[in-house]
Formats: sequence, C-alpha cells, structure tokens
Amino acid sequence: MKSCLVVDDSRVIRMVARKILEELEFEVIEAEDGQVAIDRCNQVMPDAVLLDWHMPVMDGIEFLYALRQLPGGDKPQVVFCTTKNDLSHIQEAISAGANEYIMKPFDSEIIQSKFSQVGLI
Amino acid sequence: MIHPEDFELLRRIVKSRSGLTLSPDKAYLLENRLMAVARKWGMNEIEGLAATVRGAPNEELLREITEAMTTNETLFFRDQSPFDQLEKVVLPRLLEARKNTRHIRIWSAGCSSGQEPYSISMVIKQLGAALNDWRVDILATDISRAMLDKARAGLYTQFEVQRGLPIAMLMKYFSQAGDKWELDPGIRAMVNFDEFNLLNDPTPLGRFDVVFCRNVLIYLDQPTKTRVLENICNLMPDDGVLYMGGAETVMGVTEKFQPVNEYRGMYEIAKRAAAGYGTASQNYASNA
Ligand SMILES: C[S@@+](CC[C@H](N)C(=O)[O-])C[C@H]1O[C@@H](n2cnc3c(N)ncnc32)[C@H](O)[C@@H]1O
Repeated sequence: MKSCLVVDDSRVIRMVARKILEELEFEVIEAEDGQVAIDRCNQVMPDAVLLDWHMPVMDGIEFLYALRQLPGGDKPQVVFCTTKNDLSHIQEAISAGANEYIMKPFDSEIIQSKFSQVGLI
Repeated sequence: MIHPEDFELLRRIVKSRSGLTLSPDKAYLLENRLMAVARKWGMNEIEGLAATVRGAPNEELLREITEAMTTNETLFFRDQSPFDQLEKVVLPRLLEARKNTRHIRIWSAGCSSGQEPYSISMVIKQLGAALNDWRVDILATDISRAMLDKARAGLYTQFEVQRGLPIAMLMKYFSQAGDKWELDPGIRAMVNFDEFNLLNDPTPLGRFDVVFCRNVLIYLDQPTKTRVLENICNLMPDDGVLYMGGAETVMGVTEKFQPVNEYRGMYEIAKRAAAGYGTASQNYASNA
C-alpha cells in the first residue's frame, strides 16, 4: 500500500482528501502545516504528498524546498493542491520541484487523473 | 411523465438521424434534455414539442432534438495509451512508410468538444523536428454543432484542463483567459473541424492513415456500428490504424478490423496484413 501525506491547514479539506485517497487505496497521513509535514517526513518518507500552498508556520513552497533537501526527499511525488490557480504560481511550484499541480476546487476524478499522471496509480 | 407515444416518436427521430439508441428506461433522460430544446422553441412541455414535430417537422428543430440527445463526455489524453502509442509506435512507422509523400492524415470521428483531436496535435507538436516539412492533416468531426463551436473556440474550464492533461502541457500550450484556459492558436490551427454524421458515406473526406473513433459507437446499435466501421475501413490504406474506446470491441461487429494484441485500443485492418503492428511476435515465433 502506498502512502500519501496530506498537508493542508483546513481540517475539512484533509478529511475530503483522505476519503478520496483511501478509496484509491492509499494509506493517509495528515499534517496541518509545512513544519508538521517535515516532521512526518523525517519519521517516514511518504510515496506521495498532496500539498496546500498557503498555510501558517511553514507554507507549501517552503516545505517543498525543505523536503527536497532531506535524505530520500527526492522520492515522493509532490502534487500541489491549492486555490492559487494562475500560471505564474504553477510555474513557481514546478520549478521548486513539484510533480503535478491541482487547482482547487478538486474532486476525486481530478485527484485520480493527476496521481495516475505521475505514476502513483 | 412523458407520454409513451411521444417518447416513441422522439426516440425514432433521434435513432434515424444519428443512430443513437434510447431504451424506454432513458425516458427521463430524453425528457430532461429535450425540455431545454422545448423552452428554446417557446414551449413549456415535451408534449408541445412532440406535437410540433408531428404537425410541422422543421429541419432545424429535428437537428436540435438529435443534438440534445448526444453524450459529449470527453477528456484530454483519454486512456493515455493510444496517445503514447501514436507518439512511440504509429507515427514513427508512418514517418518511414510515408517518407516519399511526407503526408499523414488523421481523423477524429466523434470529436466532441475537441479534447481528442487537440491531444493528437499536442502529440504531433511534441515530435517536433521529426515532422519538419511534413504535412499532417487532422480532421475532427462531430454531429453536434454546439460541440464543434466549443471545440473551435479552444476555451476550457479549470475542471476540463485538469482531466487527463499533464500540468507540463497546460503550462506549455495554454494561457489564461478570465476564468477559462485558452489553447495555443498554433495547436488549434493544426485541426480542422467539420460537421459530419457518421451515418453518412465518409468517402468525400478522403483517406486516413489513423482514425480515432472512440466512445461513439457504444451509443449505436449493432448494424449501425458495423456500417460505420466498414465505411471507415474503406477509407484506410492497408497499414492504417484504428483506435476505439476502452469499452468497445469489433467482436461480433465486423471482421474487417482486428485488435492488435500488443497495443490496447489499437486495431488494424484484417486480412490485408500489411500493417504489421500485430505481427512482431508472430514473425519472431516463425523465425524461431
Ligand atoms: C462520448 S463523445 C466521445 C468523444 C471522444 N471521441 C472521446 O473518446 O473522448 C461521443 C461523441 O460522438 C458524437 N456522435 C454521436 N453520434 C454521432 C453520429 N451519428 N455522427 C457523428 N458524431 C456522433 C456525439 O455528438 C459526441 O460528441
């Protein structure tokens, strides 16, 4: 079973994402900001990260830079999932090392489509 | 509830004009979709629509009724593998086989809002220099004028650009236009859109090396499927390739095409055996 770390400060979004990902047979781990997410990755490196951008303490981009510095941190497929839905943010995320990008609102079909594009399903 | 005689009348019109079959359990669907047409024509009920059709059948009205009953569900790079195969197997073979004419023709039959033919153009664009000074025609046809208009506009919602389209392709080939995403004019210019009913004889459309006829035939009855596929076969050279949707098959429909076992969704012309897509392992076996 592949694991996915869901990083979002909204508990509702984490819950929705969890439900979708569990249906796709992922083991789901949650974090409410980038710093907590880094702690989780230091314990166990997930196969995938579904990543919000705007969060307190440490935002998505800062997390992504930090993650890619960690040992084994190049492995997870990182899929941004954010309301920042313009081309310049997409470019910024991809050049920071994101593998895919979801513009909110999302549904199960979009998650499935993006996860299969990066070879997670 | 729609009157059974009205359902029968409308069902028959849709069937004879498009081949689309509607079983009695689709009455609710017919009612839902035709209410919009009825309103547009100043009627409040399906009954009025049916009465108009009985009394003074108007070509425009009949066309709109038919069009309203089409299912236009589609996405970019649907099922992925046909587009991978096109890039890695089919086009490279055609580049060799057509090197004298340097001309390839591709048909997206039942193109809906354009995601399928535009995925094909993106694949061709990705091949880049290999296709320099080649002519690649992509014809995309549908029975639905509304879908053809949408396809030509090349404007897609945020939802549509997130289904099947990799983010790298979005970044490369789309720009933002308000809350929509607009496909690059260069990619759009590679496709010609035209209205075409698959019940008609496609001979005037010319020859096609590759035909995508995907998720269209599932809505048609058996004899119509057979006729459409055999018409398509007549337009294809011996080494032509046909793509059908994941839930579709030629089994029990026609013997003119056979599936290529190595490549999902790909069909080659049977008995002409010139394509050779499915013969790699056979050749290997006979050499061994
Ligand atoms: C479900 S869409 C498939 C779109 C695309 N080929 C794909 O696989 O995603 C089917 C399309 O076939 C069109 N269609 C249905 N009957 C047709 C007919 N008789 N002639 C031409 N197009 C037809 C519909 O208008 C609709 O846009």
